[in-house]
Amino acid sequence: MAWRDSKASGSRLLLFMASIILGIAAVVSIQSFSENLEENIAIQSKALMGADFVIDSNQPPNEKVLAIIDSLGGADGRSVGFPSMAVFPKSGDAKLVGVRGIEGGYPFYGELETLPESAAKAYKKSSGALVDATLMLQYGLKAGDSIKLGNTMFPITGKLISAPGTSGIGASIAPPVLIPYDAVEGTGLIQVGSRVGYDFYFVAEPDQDLVALDEQVDPQLDVENADLDTHISTAEQLGRSYDNFGKFLNLIAFIALLLGCIGVASSVHIYIQEKIRSVAILKCIGATRKQTFFIYLLQITGMGLFGGVLGVLGGLLLQQSFPLLLQGFLPFEVQISFVPNALFSGLVLGVLLSVLFALMPLLNTWFVSPLQVLRIQENGFEKSRKLQFWVVLGILLFIFSFSYWLLGQLLFALYFVLAVLVVFALLWGVATIFMRTIKKYFPNSWGFTSRQSLLNLYRPNNQTTVLILAIGVGTFLISTLYFTKDILLAQVSLEASEDTPNLILMDVQTEEKLAAAQSIEASGLEVLNNIPIITMRMHQIKDRPVRELILDSTATQNRWVLFHEFRVTYRDTLVPSERTVEGSWPIERKENGIIPVSLSDNAAEDAQVKLGDTLVFNVQGVLMTTRVAHLREVDWARMQVNFNILFPSGVLEEAPQFHVLTTKAPDADKSASLQRELVRKFPTVSIIDLRQIFTVIEDILSKIAWVINFMAFFSILTGIIVLIGSVRTSKYQRIKENVLLRTLGAKNKQILRITALEYFYLGLLGGGIGIVLSLLGSLLLAQFVFEVSFVPSAIPFLVVLPSILVLVLLIGMLNSKSVLQSPPLEVLRKEGG
Amino acid sequence: MSKILNVEHLGKTYTSGSKELTVLDDISFGIEEGETFAIIGPSGSGKTTLLGLCAGLDCADRGKIELCGSDLGSLNEDERAQLRNQKVGFIFQNFQLLPTLTALENVVVPLELQGAKGPTKIGKELLGKVGLGDRLHHYPTQLSGGEQQRVALARAFSNKPSILFADEPTGNLDQDTGDRVIQLLFELNEEAGTTLVIVSHDLELAQKCKRILRLRGGKIVSNEVLVES
Repeated sequence: MAWRDSKASGSRLLLFMASIILGIAAVVSIQSFSENLEENIAIQSKALMGADFVIDSNQPPNEKVLAIIDSLGGADGRSVGFPSMAVFPKSGDAKLVGVRGIEGGYPFYGELETLPESAAKAYKKSSGALVDATLMLQYGLKAGDSIKLGNTMFPITGKLISAPGTSGIGASIAPPVLIPYDAVEGTGLIQVGSRVGYDFYFVAEPDQDLVALDEQVDPQLDVENADLDTHISTAEQLGRSYDNFGKFLNLIAFIALLLGCIGVASSVHIYIQEKIRSVAILKCIGATRKQTFFIYLLQITGMGLFGGVLGVLGGLLLQQSFPLLLQGFLPFEVQISFVPNALFSGLVLGVLLSVLFALMPLLNTWFVSPLQVLRIQENGFEKSRKLQFWVVLGILLFIFSFSYWLLGQLLFALYFVLAVLVVFALLWGVATIFMRTIKKYFPNSWGFTSRQSLLNLYRPNNQTTVLILAIGVGTFLISTLYFTKDILLAQVSLEASEDTPNLILMDVQTEEKLAAAQSIEASGLEVLNNIPIITMRMHQIKDRPVRELILDSTATQNRWVLFHEFRVTYRDTLVPSERTVEGSWPIERKENGIIPVSLSDNAAEDAQVKLGDTLVFNVQGVLMTTRVAHLREVDWARMQVNFNILFPSGVLEEAPQFHVLTTKAPDADKSASLQRELVRKFPTVSIIDLRQIFTVIEDILSKIAWVINFMAFFSILTGIIVLIGSVRTSKYQRIKENVLLRTLGAKNKQILRITALEYFYLGLLGGGIGIVLSLLGSLLLAQFVFEVSFVPSAIPFLVVLPSILVLVLLIGMLNSKSVLQSPPLEVLRKEGG
Repeated sequence: MSKILNVEHLGKTYTSGSKELTVLDDISFGIEEGETFAIIGPSGSGKTTLLGLCAGLDCADRGKIELCGSDLGSLNEDERAQLRNQKVGFIFQNFQLLPTLTALENVVVPLELQGAKGPTKIGKELLGKVGLGDRLHHYPTQLSGGEQQRVALARAFSNKPSILFADEPTGNLDQDTGDRVIQLLFELNEEAGTTLVIVSHDLELAQKCKRILRLRGGKIVSNEVLVES
């Protein structure tokens, strides 16, 4: 019976099933890809690291570290890496790059992908350099050209396409350049203050327990400011970061699915309304409540399964596109494979969600009286409301359980369900209030077509609220993504004021300081800052030595402060990015030899010290006892040189130091020419071009936004399908109304206007509410999460809203074409029976 | 008296798949201004099709229809709509009220479409005449079948039509209600001097008219003038 009944009218529900198909496709594709990614990371973990395990340190390894390395059988390979300026003599251009000097057979797993292939081995023999392929393209370089690093000119042996450990954001800012290890010294680039990383690579014995090794050796290395990472732990860490992004995308896909479910509920509601008479007839001729209920339940389940199957197939197709979508973020090639779990969950989701969301309208069949055959009762479903509560509870529980399954954390799942509820409820609520207000204060003075189009929003079985919800959620998602991107960019944006630097000269040695400043001034620019930097580590916090704290697993200090090599400056003033929280600065130095210092509030919190506490610093071998005399809030988001620790003048002047000079170049050309000039004169100085970094960050955010937009697009698509479905559902009603109007003398223009205005109102209401909600949400996000002032982008208002309006109008008008073309007599005849 | 509706050699054929079904064949007749005219015949005889063609709701395949002096075949859809709006009134078996509008709003739709000013007064007046002066702001779902048909009656007369087409006006009403609606229809018609064309299979109703056109199988069986009783 269920099958026979669905053959006659079930096709009308198919379009609504399409809305869950998209949601399921999105969920299945992301789940499958996330699992593929996890598998690939595990399989390729050795290739990602290039070794089984690595010991790394930001300072030359001391005797103890060397002894540990020896005890492990000696390193099989090693590298030294640091940022430096590279000069391309062909054009004279200079650019910050990440230099890596490599020794031994590294990488032992995976490969250096180069062009030509032979370059991967040849660069060592020819003392050449492998230069990042994108960088070569940008600067028009080819194999055989030269690159100057510090004092040494290297022939470019080939393009470096990929190498273990050289991907990510760092590589975008300072693209990798590989040279032989032996050639590093000759460049003269490793000096006081240079940020150098030393890596020692190991190939493990076949039966070596790397987890045990990590547990045993890592604590010993920690004390010596070194670290041991195995390919397993690194892969786990990498997996976790991608997993978080995957979960986030999954949630967006889930929202699309939920939106589709609302479409299902709405369509089933109308479907059942139209079936009431059939249900009553069935009951008249002896069908039980259960039988009639199951006829429709079976139909919905079948369609849910059908939707699930199609969704899974769509998901499989979509999964193939992810490596392309995420190209910029993945450090390796992902092999796509079939993930049975994800496919199964797609099918279960299809059936379960369809049934759950259809249950509420389906329950109406239970309470249909056979009397309805004789007389249609308008309010015949009062009793079903008692069950509605349980159905709603079931839906909420399912959403919560599924979110929990995705996120793995109860609290996050709860927040997600709450957030979804709030957004949906707000959209629903605002739409309902708006509709009631319009009804109450109906614009009677408007012309007939405008009024009629507004009244159409209230037609029997109208889908106005569902449509507003569908359009609203889609618009909300897209706008929120835009606004959030704006907030993130605002955090790193360069301030346009005169004295904000955009070029930072790092590692300027004391003897170069004057000459570098003169060079800047000679090019007509001003030296904005001349900051001395002294490196030091924490030796003792209050009365406990740092070495002891490192070994104490119960120590509550944030561990980074224990290992970090602080770059410290001295001055008696605060800069605009700093604000006093406690104490005063400058402060009189006390006679007992204890030096007053200022700490950033976050460093003080992480080191768990407060005003008056003692800190002992190891300043390149000399211990200095200090007292926390001042706490500062530092605006780290400002792209300028900021410090965790600040010394007063008159203490560190004689310590080995280097300098940071800053200036502001008015444009990219001036910046490039100054960089060329400075690098020519001071080959060991690194220059950070904040303008370029900002471009890189903007580019990365755009890429992320694109991926998120892609997923949010599913919500929009789902919204569109709900929209099309709804237009089709009410098609006959529309035909009837329009034909009647035409019979009464309405011209096509008038009917077109009524139809267009109806969709215009829907688009404006849904899109408008979506954008306003997203604006409010983003404001809260900016104020409470990112703590920045928020100037909303005009794009959602100027581009998103008009686009949504055009889209809604287009869909509405295209679907109403046949309505407009229906001959009146045909419809009136149907009506006449 | 001049003819308000003149039909000559009218034919209409519907195609269903490869089959052709001739619904009306060589129909000719004329109706004079102010006349009451009934079209009767069994189900499937082509009554409603003929009414629809005469009112310009569909286009004929053959023949010519002249309504209120206009050749319907020479008018486009909008021109036909305009003609209906100004000269024609309708009453349907299923009332055909817009569910989103109140009784009063339904009545004034034809006037609103004309862009007429102050149609509410006319609407109230007409609803008063059909005995629904106290139901102005009720929606169709809040009205009984008889009340809905009375709203439709008021709407049909709101644009002061020259000719009124009624398709089975009592088909969905009980005997008593139907009789009252018909009585009202004829009263209003007489008062306004409108030409009335009724399609029905109810001979009793048809006999209230001055002339009866009998259809069978899409052809005219008879076109007789009734002697006034």
